[in-house]
Formats: sequence, C-alpha cells, structure tokens
Amino acid sequence: MATPILEMRDIEKHFGSVVALAGVSIEIHAGEVHCLLGDNGAGKSTFIKTMAGVHRLTKGQMFLNGQPVHFTSPRQALDAGIATVYQDLAMIPLMSVTRNFFMGREPVKGIWPLRFMDMGFCDRVTREEMQRIGIDVRDPGQAVGTLSGGERQCVAISRAVYFGAKVLILDEPTSALGVRQTSMVLKYIDMVRKRGLGVVFITHNVRHAMAVGDRFTVLNRGRTLGTAARGEISADELQNLMAGGKELADLSAELGGTV
Amino acid sequence: MTDNSKLIHEAADERLKHASTLTRLLRRPELGAILGLVIVTSFFLAIANPVMFELSGIMNFMAPAAQLGILAIGASLLMVGGEFDLSVGSMVAFAGLIFAACVVTFNMPLPVAILVAFACAAAIGFLNGQLVIHTGLPSFIVTLAFLFVLRGLSLVGLKWATGGATQLRGVREAATDTPLDAFFYKLFAGDAFEGLFAWLAAHDWIAKFPNGLPKVTGVPVEIVWFVGLAIVGAILLARTRYGNWIFAAGGDPNAARNSGVPTRRVKTSLFVLTACCAALVAVLTVLDAGSTDARRGFQKEFEAIIAAVIGGCLLTGGYGSVVGAAVGAVIFGMVLIGLTYTTIDQDWYLVFLGGMLLMAVFFNNIIRKRVTGER
Repeated sequence: MATPILEMRDIEKHFGSVVALAGVSIEIHAGEVHCLLGDNGAGKSTFIKTMAGVHRLTKGQMFLNGQPVHFTSPRQALDAGIATVYQDLAMIPLMSVTRNFFMGREPVKGIWPLRFMDMGFCDRVTREEMQRIGIDVRDPGQAVGTLSGGERQCVAISRAVYFGAKVLILDEPTSALGVRQTSMVLKYIDMVRKRGLGVVFITHNVRHAMAVGDRFTVLNRGRTLGTAARGEISADELQNLMAGGKELADLSAELGGTV
Repeated sequence: MTDNSKLIHEAADERLKHASTLTRLLRRPELGAILGLVIVTSFFLAIANPVMFELSGIMNFMAPAAQLGILAIGASLLMVGGEFDLSVGSMVAFAGLIFAACVVTFNMPLPVAILVAFACAAAIGFLNGQLVIHTGLPSFIVTLAFLFVLRGLSLVGLKWATGGATQLRGVREAATDTPLDAFFYKLFAGDAFEGLFAWLAAHDWIAKFPNGLPKVTGVPVEIVWFVGLAIVGAILLARTRYGNWIFAAGGDPNAARNSGVPTRRVKTSLFVLTACCAALVAVLTVLDAGSTDARRGFQKEFEAIIAAVIGGCLLTGGYGSVVGAAVGAVIFGMVLIGLTYTTIDQDWYLVFLGGMLLMAVFFNNIIRKRVTGER
C-alpha cells in the first residue's frame, strides 16, 4: 500500500491530569475520505487540533509523506498543507465573499506605497472557484452574511483547497445544516477527494459518514477502536461503537429501534 | 459530470437573486451621509443667505468641517477596526500643549516641535492600544479614562508652562522667527494655492476687491490636509491589504487571527493613527490661533464618532467608510456655520447633532440588514 499522506501514530494528549487522548493512530491517504466518528467528549476536537498544530503532542509521532514532523504552531501545519476548516469557518459575515476568500493572504500588486490589493484578480478567482463547486456567485462583492450555511461551508472548504491544502480537516461540516445543504457539502467533499486530497471528516452522524467515507475510525473516550474500510462495517455497528455498544442497543430496543 | 451539473441545478434555487444596481448602491456605507449632505445643502440653499454658497462662505464652513473631518477620518478607521477612541478630544488639547510648550517654552525649531507633538500622541495611542489588547477591556472604558487623564494633564501642564495660566500665547511669533520655521509654518497654517487664487481673480473667475486682490486669498491649509487625508484613508481602507485587515479585525477578530491577520498589530496601529490625527488637528489649530488652551478639542471625540456613524460606520465594527465620515464632517460644518446665515438660533446646532445621530444609526441598521442578509 502507498505511503499515507499523513500518519498519526499512538498519539497521546494530556491536559494536566486529564488524559484526553490515550493512544490514537490513524492513516490518511490521498484521494480518500477518512471519517472520524465519536460522541461528544470522545476527543475528536482534541485530536484534530493536534493534527492542525494547535496542541502539542504529549506522546506519539506524526509522519507527513513518511517523514516525521513536529508542529508547534497552526501556521506550520498550514504551510505543510494541512488545512483545517473549523465549525466557526473563520468567515466574517459583513465582508464580501472575495474579501473573505483572500483574508490574510491578499494578493497585491504595485510598489509600496502604491501597493494595492489586486481586486480584479481576487474577484475572478473567487467567481471561478465558486462556479467549480456549483455556487453561482454572480457578484463576489456580496457579503458572506447573504450566503446559506451550506454555501459558507463550501466557500471555506474551497478557500482551503485553493490555497494548496493536501490534507483537509473538516470539523463537523454538516452538523448545523439542513438536509439539502448537507447533501451539497457531501457532494463537494466527494469532489475534493477526486482531486486527490486526503480528507478528514469529523462527524457524529453515521449516515453522513457512510455517504462519503472510505475509511472509518471511531474514537471513544480518547481511544480508537481500530479503523475499518468501506464495506467492512455497517452503519449499525458504527453507531454501537460510538456509543460504547451496549447502552445504545438497550435504548434502541426501548424506543422501538429508532435510534 | 452529471453529478456536477445536478449540483449546480440544485444550488440554483437557493442562491441569491441577481444583485441589482440599486442593491449595489445601497451596499455603499457612505450612502446615508451623501443623502444627508443633499438634504442639508438643499435646506440651506432654500432658507440661508445666498452668501453662504459663495466661495468665501464655502471656505467659512469647510474650515471647521476640515478640523473635525481629520479627527473623523481617524475615528472611522478605528471604528471599522472594531474599537473606539474617546480620548481624541483631550488628545488635541494635550498634543497642543506639548507642541506649544516645545515652541514657546523650550524654543525648539518648528519642525522639531511638530515631530515631538506627533511622537507623544503616537506613544499615547500605542499605550491605549496595548491596554485594550492586553487587558481585554472594552476600548470605550480604557479611552474614557484617557479622556480625563489627558484633559487633566493638559491643565496641569499649561499651568506649569505658563506659571499659572491655562492659556499659552505667543506661538505664532515663536514659530516664524527663522526661515526654516517660516517654511514649515506655511505647511500648517494660513492659506494654500494663493498664487492660483490671485491668478483666478486677475482673470475675473472669482470675486475680487476693487484693488484687484481676490476676496478669498486661498484655501485654508486645513482643508487641503483634510481632503488629502480623506483620499489616502479611503484608498487605504478599500484597496490595500492593510484595509482588508482592518475590516477583518473589526468584523471578527478571532476569525481574522485564525486566517493569519495580525489583529493586534492592526488595532494598535489604528490607535496610533487616530492619535496622530488628533495631533495634526492640534498643530493646525494652535498655529491658526497663535495660542493653546486647556479647552481645545472639547467634546470633539463625540463629534468625530458621530460624523463616522453618519458616514456609515457600525458601532460594532467591521463596516464603514472613510469617505462617509468625511462627508459627515462636512454636514457638521455646514450646519454649525450655516445657521449663522439664517435667522435660526445657532444653538439649534446641538439639537440637530443629536437628531442626526439617531437617524443615522437607525438608517445604518436597516441598510445593513437589507444588504448583508442578516436574519
């Protein structure tokens, strides 16, 4: 099998006396969606923050294309091509789509003090990138506040892709969305995978995970229970793993099998 | 590819309606201020003595508008960046004191005195910014403290510099005693474009006295500074990377920081810029009056913020316009001076000020909701 684009091996993270992660290992391959499932408090957020360079590892190793790496800041992870789209999306509703798209990485032209933002270029790129994912932004000058939640999510993802992400970490991108907007985001995740990026898709919704996932890793109380490939595991099994098995099965029986 | 076209089709019914020209126009933050300017101008055209809109009348109301406008430009940039500075009025007095004391008491050359005044203002602006950033307190409170601190320091300093008085005189004499001083004096006081105006008068383009001298000898220099700063500020905000950072820092500092915007540096630099605008007003007005006193710049911080709000700045930051703030300042000057050309009691000015502020905030909120689709 090919070298994984990013490998996390036996990751441990302690906050004082609290063990948030107690040995988590996953491999992310190019052109695959790796679903990271887990209930609230399972350690999903902590884990992606270690991948993104926000938290330092207490123990464990990280390999990028087989080379050991050690990130001390989010910027380093970003420069290495690991981009994270957090739930708050890092979007500013009052600013235009273009200004948000290029926020913090504005292309400029001219010589100081006559160095200006290249707005023509920015607008063109924004419109093209949006069109590529099926959002027709006729006016890139419109405020992000006018976009729907799904569209904002797609803008945030396409921004990460445009700026050269190789591994894309998506933190619950579908959790706050309606059905139609969810399918829009899931389809876009599929497009990103086809472009050869490795995607880490964090969710606690098994159906969303089954829809696009190639591999599934369940986190429970800071541990992984192994990784399954597509077809090796059913939705029910995943659900049970997430809940720690027995309780949910009991509850499901009580509620007449609806959970 | 069928997938993709289906996706586009699905997205089609939830995307926005095509932005009409009207919507684009409404999206401009300075729209309210320009509407206000039109209304106020028509009002005075209708009832004021027509002398008001002759060249001399225009210079009359543009001079105070320019002084306020310079402060409003700084205030609007800072407000877009998400912060307030309530200390600019006191800063005018304080920088005026430093400047006048340097010129008169310490007998420094004019350019050095100007530099010292700007350096002191910049240092206090920097301090304001650092306090706001590191304590996490609202800038409203931190700069409110400096409103009193600086006003008090100005009083104490004036008494110290003059041996007990609260007015320091003799600035003009001390500021023009060498050729170098006289050169710099021309940059900050008196009229600009005098040659042009003389030429215009000679060709009968503008009104002149029987002896051939123009009735208006030039453009008061503060108006030139005001217009220049407004242009630079507008370009800075709308067209540069730094401008995008200002919007981002004011819109959502967290999101901005996560996207690599140096939010703290941006905010600190904006406090410094606002304080320097106050120092410029101090130098201009002290040289114009030839003296400084402790009441200089009194309540100017509120007028500057009101002008910025009339110009479309949101109190919550992240949205606004330098051009709008400049137009807001012109509205102020027009009403303040314009009332003297009418039979209306000039103290109605204050009533107008409050009313205009309320209307502007109300109008801004409606426009923002319409345009940004806030729900």
